[in-house]
Amino acid sequence: MRRTLRLQIAVLVVRAVNWASPRLGRGSGTVAGGSVGLGIAPRLLESLADRRTVILVSGTNGKTTTTALIAAGWGEDPATNDTGANMPAGQVAALVRSSSRRAVLESDEGWLGASVEATQPAVIVALNLSRDQLDRASEVRQLAERWRTVFVSDRAKHSVIVANALDPLVVFAADGAPNVRWCAPPTSWTADSQSCPRCTNPLRRSAERWWCECGLAQPASTSYFDGDDAVIGDVRIPLELALPGSFNRGNALVALTALGEVGVDVTAASKRLATVRAVAGRYDVRCVDGQPVRLLLAKNPAGFSALLESIGSDHDIWIAINARVADGHDPSWLYDVPFEILRGRRVRCLGDRRFDLATRLWYAGVDVDVGESLVPQTDRVIDVLANYTAFSDLLAESQPC
Amino acid sequence: MLTIVQVYPELLGTYGDGGNGLVLAERARRRGIAVRLIHAGMDDQLASADLYLLGGGEDGPQRLAVELLANAGFGQQVSNGAMVFAVCAGLQMLGTSFSVHGDDEYRGLGLVPAVTTRATTRAVGDLVTEVNGTLMVGFENHGGATSFGSGVDPLGTVVRGRGNDGQTDGCRMGRIWATYAHGPVLALNPWLADAVLAEAIGRDQLEPLDSVADRLYESRCRALMNLGVD
Ligand SMILES: [Zn+2]
Repeated sequence: MRRTLRLQIAVLVVRAVNWASPRLGRGSGTVAGGSVGLGIAPRLLESLADRRTVILVSGTNGKTTTTALIAAGWGEDPATNDTGANMPAGQVAALVRSSSRRAVLESDEGWLGASVEATQPAVIVALNLSRDQLDRASEVRQLAERWRTVFVSDRAKHSVIVANALDPLVVFAADGAPNVRWCAPPTSWTADSQSCPRCTNPLRRSAERWWCECGLAQPASTSYFDGDDAVIGDVRIPLELALPGSFNRGNALVALTALGEVGVDVTAASKRLATVRAVAGRYDVRCVDGQPVRLLLAKNPAGFSALLESIGSDHDIWIAINARVADGHDPSWLYDVPFEILRGRRVRCLGDRRFDLATRLWYAGVDVDVGESLVPQTDRVIDVLANYTAFSDLLAESQPC
Repeated sequence: MLTIVQVYPELLGTYGDGGNGLVLAERARRRGIAVRLIHAGMDDQLASADLYLLGGGEDGPQRLAVELLANAGFGQQVSNGAMVFAVCAGLQMLGTSFSVHGDDEYRGLGLVPAVTTRATTRAVGDLVTEVNGTLMVGFENHGGATSFGSGVDPLGTVVRGRGNDGQTDGCRMGRIWATYAHGPVLALNPWLADAVLAEAIGRDQLEPLDSVADRLYESRCRALMNLGVD
């Protein structure tokens, strides 16, 4: 596509606004310019993505981490929206910042169709779908229907879809697309797909697989774990990550599968992504008022469930919950989180909605301490689980130790 | 032994609605009342219970739940005196008919003379209802407008939000209680949890049970009535 004058101007404006906005104290300079640019030239994203090899990453949980793992594994600094600005404006800003021929872009679940159309991705990574902010997002089944429309359409016919075979909503969406690589990232979260996404009848599960009487069933995966080894097609890789948790091993498996599809040597890539220690502040150890804390982001039941399982039983835990616009105004989802696994432990409750959290924990039989402010307690690192804006607040209040 | 059945959690549990069963069982247990909480899956036979809890569900699962309950003899259990506490889609299911998507109309369980039509806008936000002089705080997220036939009292009067129609919320007909406040509304309103519990076991009132839930209720009432967040 030839860049018209209008597009060139749009790119210049994106650069100018993104340069100016952090200096003017407005935002981090990743979205503002993109929005202005799209206003000048609506096809800006399409033009910027042209002639680049694009990997798109979408799903309810793990988008930002998986995007970071793909960027690290790919090498040579691909263009990426690594701060989680995952709507078209953030994607535009990422592509304006970098002239790399490679781009890995995180896409909001609801914007996936538009992202695919504009960027013509070589690979679309479909991580998972679960409940998240239902007061503003559509219901999770409707989201799966929309993904399905994207995956079987002409828009995606040249894309390879790297999809999670263990998630029935993802399988419902991707089953029927021409090129799918099925992955089996470890997961324990099944609460959002107990009834079949296709026919609503109960899903059946055994230790090995899930299926429905209507015929929808777990496809055979070509990427999976065998003990500690990741197996991707016919390649076997002993995988040791700096990031904690089995869910991050799953993210790495999916990231490597995506990289294999764009011709990257996955064994070499695995060494590069193994060194990622923190992603946009997550998993980092920082100090809040002198107290060392490890900041962990969890925004919904599936995310909390995965994190809670990965926390050692001897660690102190603080949890911070807000319910501002970016979090969703309704914290009812706290009752879908299996907090019962913390029974017998003591948890300090923080954030705007600390009483909602403390009440949930009290009913789960967990000892609570409704903290009014952060006070240093111990030399040991405390694990702090926080949802979106609570996490941002903590990150802003913290310093390197 | 008080038996509480949380009905089809895999279909009716969109907004943490399982919290209501947990709250009731825990408040009974902590007072030394023997209680059994059963999560009745759609594959199981519907156990007979003193109290059935209906949660909210997405459109397809809501229709399937009505079908399953109709076949499982739920109506018989209710006419034999079982109590029902329903939220959101659970309220719609109890009525004679409801529309969830487009203009299609579906038959409900017919246990309450209530008709739910699709409202022009979706009600998403805080819901505050005055129930006999006490505030009930909660959150609603639904596209229905419900009108009731004669002989059915609303649960309360809407102070903020929409509920049934902007005027009233929910219903109370004998031992069938319902509200549009979805999810763990009993966690937010410990007094209502105790009212449900007292009705279920046939007592006038229960001894007080202090917990952090009382502070949650107070903080939500203050925040929602603009008395300033503590
Ligand atoms: Zn099915």
